[in-house]
Amino acid sequence: MATSTTAPDADQREPRAGSPAREPARRPRGPRRSLLPYLLLAPAVVLELAIHVIPMVVGVWMSLLELTQFHIRDWSTAPFIGLENYRATLDLNSAAGKELLHSFWITLAYSLLSVGFAWLLGISAAVVLQRPFRGRAILRALFLTPYALPVYAAVITWSFLLQRDTGLVNHVLVDQLGLMNERPFWLIGDNSFWSLLVVSVWRNWPFAFLCLMAGLQNVPGELYEAAAIDGAGFWRRLRSVTLPMLRPVNLVLLLVLFLWTFNDFNTPFVLFGGSAPEQADLISIHIYRSSFKTWDFGSGSAMSVALLLFLLVVSAAYLLITNRRRDDHA
Amino acid sequence: MSRRHLGIFTAAVLAAASLTACGGSGDDSAASPKTLTYWASNQGASLEADKTILQPELDKFEKQTGIKVTVEVVPWSDLLNRLLAAAASGKGPDVVNIGNTWSASLQATGALVEFDDAALQAVGGKDRIVPAALAAAGAPGKPPAAVPLYSMAYSLYYNKKSFADAGITAPPTTWEQLAEYGKKLSTGGKWGLAIEGANPSENAHHAFTFSQQYGGEWFDSAGKPTFDTPQNVSAIKRYIDFMAADKITNPSNAEYAQNQSVSDFANGKAAMLLWQSAGSNLKTQNMPADAYGVAPVPFLASPPAGGKKVNSMVAGINMAVFKHTKNKDGALSFVKFMTSDEEQTLLNKTYGSLPAVKTAASDPAFSAPEQKTIQETLVTTAAPLPQVPDESTFETLVGTAMKELFADAASGKPVTEESVKAKLTDAQQKMR
Repeated sequence: MATSTTAPDADQREPRAGSPAREPARRPRGPRRSLLPYLLLAPAVVLELAIHVIPMVVGVWMSLLELTQFHIRDWSTAPFIGLENYRATLDLNSAAGKELLHSFWITLAYSLLSVGFAWLLGISAAVVLQRPFRGRAILRALFLTPYALPVYAAVITWSFLLQRDTGLVNHVLVDQLGLMNERPFWLIGDNSFWSLLVVSVWRNWPFAFLCLMAGLQNVPGELYEAAAIDGAGFWRRLRSVTLPMLRPVNLVLLLVLFLWTFNDFNTPFVLFGGSAPEQADLISIHIYRSSFKTWDFGSGSAMSVALLLFLLVVSAAYLLITNRRRDDHA
Repeated sequence: MSRRHLGIFTAAVLAAASLTACGGSGDDSAASPKTLTYWASNQGASLEADKTILQPELDKFEKQTGIKVTVEVVPWSDLLNRLLAAAASGKGPDVVNIGNTWSASLQATGALVEFDDAALQAVGGKDRIVPAALAAAGAPGKPPAAVPLYSMAYSLYYNKKSFADAGITAPPTTWEQLAEYGKKLSTGGKWGLAIEGANPSENAHHAFTFSQQYGGEWFDSAGKPTFDTPQNVSAIKRYIDFMAADKITNPSNAEYAQNQSVSDFANGKAAMLLWQSAGSNLKTQNMPADAYGVAPVPFLASPPAGGKKVNSMVAGINMAVFKHTKNKDGALSFVKFMTSDEEQTLLNKTYGSLPAVKTAASDPAFSAPEQKTIQETLVTTAAPLPQVPDESTFETLVGTAMKELFADAASGKPVTEESVKAKLTDAQQKMR
């Protein structure tokens, strides 16, 4: 469920970057060709248009309108206000702008920490499970469960666990272990950020684990043998063999995880029930609140478009930097 | 046209076709004059319970008119979003229940059938309807956007045994008394007052009542927000202070958004509760009707200048018809059926609410203590929430600001005039 709702955001950049480059290459083969290739392409193009391009264009169009409840039924009546929505939402001196910026920093910290921890857990588990031993299959399956559970069921369970008076977490921490005198809140106040982070890492690390485990299958055993003969210990082998060989996997994995986490809506929505506390006000929830809860779809769309542009820039910069480094190495 | 253009054109046509295909399916408005789709709000203990209650009535309607009504009970957390989606897309149900406070907001979308004189006549006539309830069915000066279905008001529910144990003989009539009694009742892991602190709508309803008592308004006569006036700051602070200063509310209530406060009251964990028509809910949680008393919501002991004698909003559920319905006559006759004396008596009796039509109010079922208190409040001291298009935004923004203030109070951060004002100013700036 999580992948199906978040994956399109990660994908939607590739076709746009790739398709213009492909078309000129086909043209020199002669102008008179049958329609067959187009027909074969049509289903993919239709779906691509319907699922990605049209909603995106509509979103951009909405961001230029004053689309409130007075106009939601007939968009043609909504006044065209140009960049006014952007001015209002990105004006960092206004309350809305300040909150958006706050939400942006929270989301950035959340994404970096979540991806970092998920990757660390993933690589540790993948390395530990690299060599065969009894029970390895069971552990592998066990580690993948958070990823296999439906996101709603998993996160709502976390929200029960984290409730102050009736939650299991406080029951264990306060009643059984006696680590604290006061029952802390986990879903409101400062702790809410960390609760959200823990749930997010818990949900995401199996994916990192899965990718890295698959990547490790491709590392030739001879490399480790050669390294061992050269006297390399565990850490040296990890640094000089495992990580460099996993580089292509890591490049994609980190980007995809970052984009998913940055856009993550399900986890905070289910965990906090619609309106997150300000300490955990992720940008996706923030945009949802601005559009649906306050019925201002224009400014909600403006925020979404701004977010899209930001993620495009980040992704492009990331790919540029990592590609250049690869070229340097080659 | 080059081949490439042709290809793009083909793709675009196919895309458009596939989009319209998507739109055509799903829970479309009923096309046949013999069917209707109805979204009911969650009035009983569960969605399933509501379906069981409503189905026999719908069968009765089908027998009378031959029109089959398909009902879906929509939880409150989803209802407004779904109504908004239906209004925006022109797809969805024919007849819906709406929270009466949303009437003007939804009216502004232009998606609802206007109940002008002819339409009101078609559902039984304007004179049958309780005037206070009809006043909460749309912006003043315009034909109502909906017809009242169930009427409710806030009351103070108190646990008789807890009161007796603490030596309190009568329910509080002022907030000062409520705080004082609350302190006596907050002992041994029990608390004085239960509050649904993380539910923006509940918070906003109390914001309205307290503001009225302090002489405040949330919107001026032009419909512009006036959130951060001194009166509103005092009003909000008074309510938050039950947790922050008086400490008669369990800090955990700052997390409550799924009616846990009703459960706490039913289980005896809290001795008082401010709620609308809680009786039927308490019954399903095994709290017998003689275990609690129902009293009017308190007032300020010495109201400031301009303070109004209001202790509840006119709460209730309205029934609306979408303009996109293909069976308007059928929809109106369904509204007429649901607001008929027989159905009004039967359904309101089941839900513990009051009929929205005068002719059904005389039934002895509505003279139980709870219903009598609600009735009295509705007639004398209830006022409708501002019927302006931005009302639903007010509920969200101010309700959420209060949720954050409760979170502050719960985690021990001070709640001051300044912090309340800052939150309200922020909320106001988000209105456009």
